[in-house]
Amino acid sequence: MDAGALAARFEAARAGSRRDLARLLTDVEDGRISSTELLGTQRAEGRSIAITGPPGVGKSCFIDHLLRAHAERDDPVALLAVDPSSALSGGALLGDRIRLTSPDDEALAQRIYVRSVATRRSSGSIPSVLGDLVRVLHGCGWPLVVIETVGAGQSEVRCAAVADRIVLMEGPARGDAVQAEKAGLLELADLVLVNKADLDGAERHAAELRDSLALDGPDPPEVLLMSAQTGLGLPEALRSLRTLEARPGSERARARERLANAAEARLVRHEDYEGILARIANGNLAPEEAVEVIWRGG
Amino acid sequence: MRIVVAKPGLDGHDRGAKVVARALRDAGHEVIYTGLRRTPAQIVATVRDEDARFLGLSSLSGAHGHLFPTICQLLKDEGLDDVVVFGGGIIPDADRPALHDAGMRAIFGPGTSTEAISAFVAEASARDDAGVGAEGGWIWEA
Repeated sequence: MDAGALAARFEAARAGSRRDLARLLTDVEDGRISSTELLGTQRAEGRSIAITGPPGVGKSCFIDHLLRAHAERDDPVALLAVDPSSALSGGALLGDRIRLTSPDDEALAQRIYVRSVATRRSSGSIPSVLGDLVRVLHGCGWPLVVIETVGAGQSEVRCAAVADRIVLMEGPARGDAVQAEKAGLLELADLVLVNKADLDGAERHAAELRDSLALDGPDPPEVLLMSAQTGLGLPEALRSLRTLEARPGSERARARERLANAAEARLVRHEDYEGILARIANGNLAPEEAVEVIWRGG
Repeated sequence: MRIVVAKPGLDGHDRGAKVVARALRDAGHEVIYTGLRRTPAQIVATVRDEDARFLGLSSLSGAHGHLFPTICQLLKDEGLDDVVVFGGGIIPDADRPALHDAGMRAIFGPGTSTEAISAFVAEASARDDAGVGAEGGWIWEA
């Protein structure tokens, strides 16, 4: 795609064409263009919030409320819903939209943009692609971008680290707080929501999380009980999100993940990535040597 | 390829749509499933926002003759002429020419193999006259 056509697409997306916005995001996702090429080095105005947590705790249901609350106040809000690609086929089944009702509401649809994102084969590069998508959305007039990602596994945690703020969602009877700790998510979280508070075990799990967080040091994130289903505690959770500050501890943890992202992205984008993998596999190159080669730009 | 699989109208039977969605995923595609009971406008908005190149519609309620062409027309109205539309479900032979005229490139009935659907997607991707708004009336033949 030539520069003129791209500029026209960017202009149209900024002027509100959803079709052009969607196609621009595909260009970014497929690596045809980066946010820097599009926007320059200027920082686009906007905020991003990641909602992460184990499968089935109610992330989509809560996000539906979040999208609705923003759209009803006339604030545009975009959602990037991240789902894993199959390691076997490279394909993906992206079903996050099924649980969203707010984008179907005609009165709100103009102010809600939902995009499903697959992690694709090179999961090491998805967080950096995600960062690019967020910047392009900011640049096209979407000041708030929500990232939904399952909080299990390294690449998903890194997807969350792309955002300015991270909200960890937990459910009742999730076992002990060690599960959340193991994933490395607790130290990244700026806020913890324990959903399904209408069910048994939510309060106990919240107490365990508070205990665990108190051991980590000063400034633990707030732990709020809520139910996306009944609406219990929902207004407080949404209010807390609006004014959410980053914790000093989480800033550092996030910076660490972002640095690792950038390093890994450079690795998987290396022109001889496949060749290097083959040489490591057949014993002709040590991984440490390979890193040296890639770092020196060789 | 990004593909939206959708269930328009008041039809709660989604086994077929789910089997097709899964088969397309296993063929390496990114499949966005809308869930049940979507309106034509909601489906077209999803195709637009997700920048899908294909739209698969499933209907077993007999309303295909109204819903499918409505969706095709809305796609063209949105400037999404290059989206490839295919359908499946209980669709009598007699109803098919009208759907093809609306811009649909394939209709798959009961007993279709998932390989056939993958083969259709592969061929339609390679053509430039497979979009819903394309002239010429190319129809996929198994």
